[in-house]
Amino acid sequence: MAYISSGVACSHVPALGVASDSGISNDDYYGPIFKGFEFSKDWMAKEKPDVIFLVYNDHCTAFDARVIPTFALGCAAEYAPADEGWGPRPVPTVNGHRDLSAHIAQSLVLDSFDITIMNEMEVDHGLTVPLTMMFGQPEQWPCPVVPLAVNVVQYPAPLGSRCYALGKSIRKAIESFPENLKVCVFGTGGMSHQLQHQRAGLINSAWDERFMNLLVNEPEKGSQIEHIEYMREAGSEGIELVMWYVMRGALNDKVNEIHRFYHVPASNTAVGHLILENN
Amino acid sequence: MTIQKPYDDIPGTIIFDSQQAAKGYHLNQFCISLRLAPNRDAFKADPENYIDQFPMTSDQRHAALNQDWNRLLELGGNIYYTSKLAAYHGINFQELAGLMTGKGSTAYREMMISGGRSIEGNRYQSEWDDK
Ligand SMILES: [Fe+2]
Repeated sequence: MAYISSGVACSHVPALGVASDSGISNDDYYGPIFKGFEFSKDWMAKEKPDVIFLVYNDHCTAFDARVIPTFALGCAAEYAPADEGWGPRPVPTVNGHRDLSAHIAQSLVLDSFDITIMNEMEVDHGLTVPLTMMFGQPEQWPCPVVPLAVNVVQYPAPLGSRCYALGKSIRKAIESFPENLKVCVFGTGGMSHQLQHQRAGLINSAWDERFMNLLVNEPEKGSQIEHIEYMREAGSEGIELVMWYVMRGALNDKVNEIHRFYHVPASNTAVGHLILENN
Repeated sequence: MTIQKPYDDIPGTIIFDSQQAAKGYHLNQFCISLRLAPNRDAFKADPENYIDQFPMTSDQRHAALNQDWNRLLELGGNIYYTSKLAAYHGINFQELAGLMTGKGSTAYREMMISGGRSIEGNRYQSEWDDK
């Protein structure tokens, strides 16, 4: 049977993709960030998941304002990197896993999560930047990806508690898939940041640290954090952090924190990163 | 009719909720159209004619053509859409934030390098009114 071995939390700041693609990831500005992921690349090379289940959000790229699904599950054979206005990122096309996607889609709906099914979808930096941070610049991504796009752009995003429950439902779905697959779950986005209007540039490192501690050790409690707290304390775009709770819900109640990295800034954003293993 | 919202008192912040999204629909659809190269070319060739395909208000149209970034958000734009218009003008997220905060690119970048805008004094509108 398929099983979940580990979880990765990772910011998906677009500037990190640009830094990698343009060969400046070793400079004074980006160097310390990419250094924080060296451990992660080594860990990933040993972990070798068969599939990555990747929770991210689209930033008004593949989804325009016509349709705004709260939870959209990728069920395609492949996902091309999208043009976000600067030309598509020069990274490999992301391969999907259609059988696993189809199984999860069906299992989630029968478990009361009425997700949207995406049979065609381009993916933006939200999905490709975490792959870059964890794998570097391979010719091909080393394993297929099942993407879950979450609406965190138009208020309200799904509640943290709902994301946490969805993670548990995803776990049930994966564990009932008959093939023997090792799955790593990614929760992406965050940490504290505000991109818009006069309060842009807001960073709240103390809050970010508390958020990570709760996520790792007291997820039930942390999943109750209300939207107003995210928006006020972590910035209007900090609400992305609810997506980390989908990942956390898919893991055991108790996990081992293998790696933690935190850095300010990348562009407008605090970069946060965790590797958690089911024990 | 004005609905009171719990996030109204966050200073310098426009929460893109359902009301804002409804107001900004055509503006945002215009912005996202510029994601694609052929549309960028068409906009470049004739901005006024291109933008008139999108039935936005004259305020929105004016703000879009004049790159009035904060006004665009107030009129229903969302940053992930307006950033597509910014990208068209060669402005990245950090430069855009420099413009919206009135700090300019250099001072904004320096603020971020020294840890970003502190949360202290920036939680409530009342803290800004006192200044
Ligand atoms: Fe994001």
